[in-house]
Amino acid sequence: MKNAIGREIPDELLVNAEPYKGNYALDGVEYTKPGPTVRASIKPQESKIAGSLRDAIVQCGLKDGMTVSFHHHLRDGDYVINLVMKEIEALGIRDLTIAASSVGTAHDPVAKMIEDGVVTGLQTSGIRGRMGEAVSNGKLRTTAILRSHGGRVRAIEQGEVHIDIAFIGAPTSDEYGNARGTGGKSDCGVLSYAMVDAKYADKVVIVTDTLMDFPNFPPSIEAVDVDYVVVVDSIGEPKKIASQAARMSQDPRDLMMAENCVRVMAATPYFKDGYSFQAGAGGPSLAVYRFLEPLMIERKIKMRWAIGGITQPTVDLLNKGLIQCVVDAQDFDIGAVRSVHENPNHYEISTSQYANPMNKGAFVNKLDFVILAALEIDTDFNVNVVTGSDGILRGAPGGHPDASAGAKCTIIVTPLVRGRIPTVCERVVTVTTPGDSVDVLVTDYGIAVNPARQDLIEALSAHKIPLSTIDALKDKAYSMVGRPDDLEFFDRIVAIVEARDGTILDIVRQIKPYEL
Amino acid sequence: MTEKRRLRRTMMFLNAQRPGLIKDAYIYRPDSVMFDLEDAVAENQKDAARFSLYHALLNVDYCGVERIVRINGLDTPYWKEDIRASVAGGADGIRIPKCEYAQDVKLVDAAIEAAENEFSRVKGSTLLMSAIESPRGVLNALSICEASERLFGVAISGADFRKCMQTAYTKSGVEMAAARGNILLAARSAGVQCFDTVFTNLDDMEGFTEEVVMNKQMGFDGKSVISPRQIKIVHDVFAPSEKEIREAEKIVRTVRENADKGVGVFTIDGKMLDIAFVPGAERTLALARASGLYEGEF
Repeated sequence: MKNAIGREIPDELLVNAEPYKGNYALDGVEYTKPGPTVRASIKPQESKIAGSLRDAIVQCGLKDGMTVSFHHHLRDGDYVINLVMKEIEALGIRDLTIAASSVGTAHDPVAKMIEDGVVTGLQTSGIRGRMGEAVSNGKLRTTAILRSHGGRVRAIEQGEVHIDIAFIGAPTSDEYGNARGTGGKSDCGVLSYAMVDAKYADKVVIVTDTLMDFPNFPPSIEAVDVDYVVVVDSIGEPKKIASQAARMSQDPRDLMMAENCVRVMAATPYFKDGYSFQAGAGGPSLAVYRFLEPLMIERKIKMRWAIGGITQPTVDLLNKGLIQCVVDAQDFDIGAVRSVHENPNHYEISTSQYANPMNKGAFVNKLDFVILAALEIDTDFNVNVVTGSDGILRGAPGGHPDASAGAKCTIIVTPLVRGRIPTVCERVVTVTTPGDSVDVLVTDYGIAVNPARQDLIEALSAHKIPLSTIDALKDKAYSMVGRPDDLEFFDRIVAIVEARDGTILDIVRQIKPYEL
Repeated sequence: MTEKRRLRRTMMFLNAQRPGLIKDAYIYRPDSVMFDLEDAVAENQKDAARFSLYHALLNVDYCGVERIVRINGLDTPYWKEDIRASVAGGADGIRIPKCEYAQDVKLVDAAIEAAENEFSRVKGSTLLMSAIESPRGVLNALSICEASERLFGVAISGADFRKCMQTAYTKSGVEMAAARGNILLAARSAGVQCFDTVFTNLDDMEGFTEEVVMNKQMGFDGKSVISPRQIKIVHDVFAPSEKEIREAEKIVRTVRENADKGVGVFTIDGKMLDIAFVPGAERTLALARASGLYEGEF
């Protein structure tokens, strides 16, 4: 049947799931949270340190068919997934499901384990590199599930995903398992993605390369939830964990789009003292800060809170007093990592606090503005951030659908075309953020407002901001680069894209190899 | 306002050798783009750049942004073919580099006319401007400005001029003061527009702004720019104040009302005015409209 955004969802997927019915359709639903199985530690115990990763895996009782979880705070520098999976493979354990907050090129070696049947299930909020290719080419033996960051923790807190063992890479830990995102030699700032895993997994293993004196406080992961601590030589490559602060884009196109985003923001009733804000880490999104700063000074207003993946430009405004506090679920650069160490107004939060749609109220519900990128956006304002123009999984829903659904004004900023590929199109290959949560599109060729937001159309028009329509922008894109041929897929479904509330938003089918 | 006298606050230089630049530079809304076939294009890429430019002129909708082509110098083997390609593609205007004599303008005028005939373009539809880059050009500015009906303006080009004068850029602009003043006098005498040279340090937006303010105070019509980042600054500096807009509107309205009554000279707020004030007032309103500050009837 077709879901609320017109995507055909095969009936066999709807046996245990519902089709997407709209952003807030499940508001008010009641449910009972599941609990993990806990082995009590009553006896006096000095240490939880396991002799090796392999010892920890064995002592946790990992068996064929179980689910193991990981976080991606170590980003492209992550060694933990590969270290753990290598030991699991060596132990001959198979048929595992990986439940990760994201996987990427750092985990290319795991693609082979998908082909070999060591890994047969995958649930993630992002997928890139060889793993994306493996799934897109039908190598995973079950259907992968893609969830937003909020959707992932929702699935855990509602019991749809049961984690048997959470392996949590931690920059520092004491021998009892109080683990922190800050400090050590692989500093990633926060451990937000792992917090819910630690509370709901049957077994929790901290993997660290820097052991601290007990108690390592204040902890991101509490020792009361931890079964074992494993000390390894290194959990990641620092340069790829937190990049040097990116120089603000000087690209005139990025700057023009960023400036127009700020013009849009300033024309809405939400741009006032005490507003809240999130921006993605792409060039135009980051450049928005450059234009926000003088406008906030001119209007004598401050941002009450900024949220999201945090970057240097956010920290700069925090330090200048233009942002009063930062709530942080991920750090993208060294500036953000340093700030969460040092600035008392920079707080670490869990991903559930950040974005879970089914708890009693996440931060995103109170967002005024979010500025995000898109790989594609269609004339219904549906956004794709996960499949490339070749139909291969190479992106991440991440917090995109969560912040979009929560914010009062969601602005997508993207160039109209990338190379020969139109970004604005008739129909995105895969919907990752439904159009009912997207309000404004800012491109280098014009601005379009979702017709559902007549209030914003009026506000922007009153400020003389020239508006186009998304159909006109699509036509412009096609007039420049043509309408691409439709991608061709086999029937086999390789991934389900879940909406943040757990309903089915879209599906991804196995890509057919392209033939000239 | 005719095409010849249209607003030209900003002319953005674009290397015609780079398709990524020329394909959509209009999105930054300069008043004019200046496709450069001359200095920016490597010697062995002249044909390729001309070929790309011809197709861009034919196929890209520049959405009302004026398209001018800087051809190669008259002492090169390229300029005639540059003109043919530009006219065939339908360029709005040609810029003659290193112009020193009225004869240079007449030479290019004739070549344009031949090309207009060859490619069945409307005679006179391709405009012309001269870049003055040498002391001799500065001294001959008036005759250059009066050399062709097609010519809509002259630009002073600082880089070569400063070299000729054995000087270099100064913040005060003292090294260019005589040249700027002289070509402004010539342009105004001939009734054509006048444009200032580029400002090349993109890291010094403050210095750029100061120079644009000076340009406006001196009476320039606009400035050549090398980056989209410079456009808004120029447009903001050239935007008239609210008071100027109100006064201009009042002048145009009162002149028209009095003209209907057969009155030629009258007073507004105690100042004596006549029809000679109208072009200035109309230019103020055009600037205001282009800056999004005026939506009135004039």
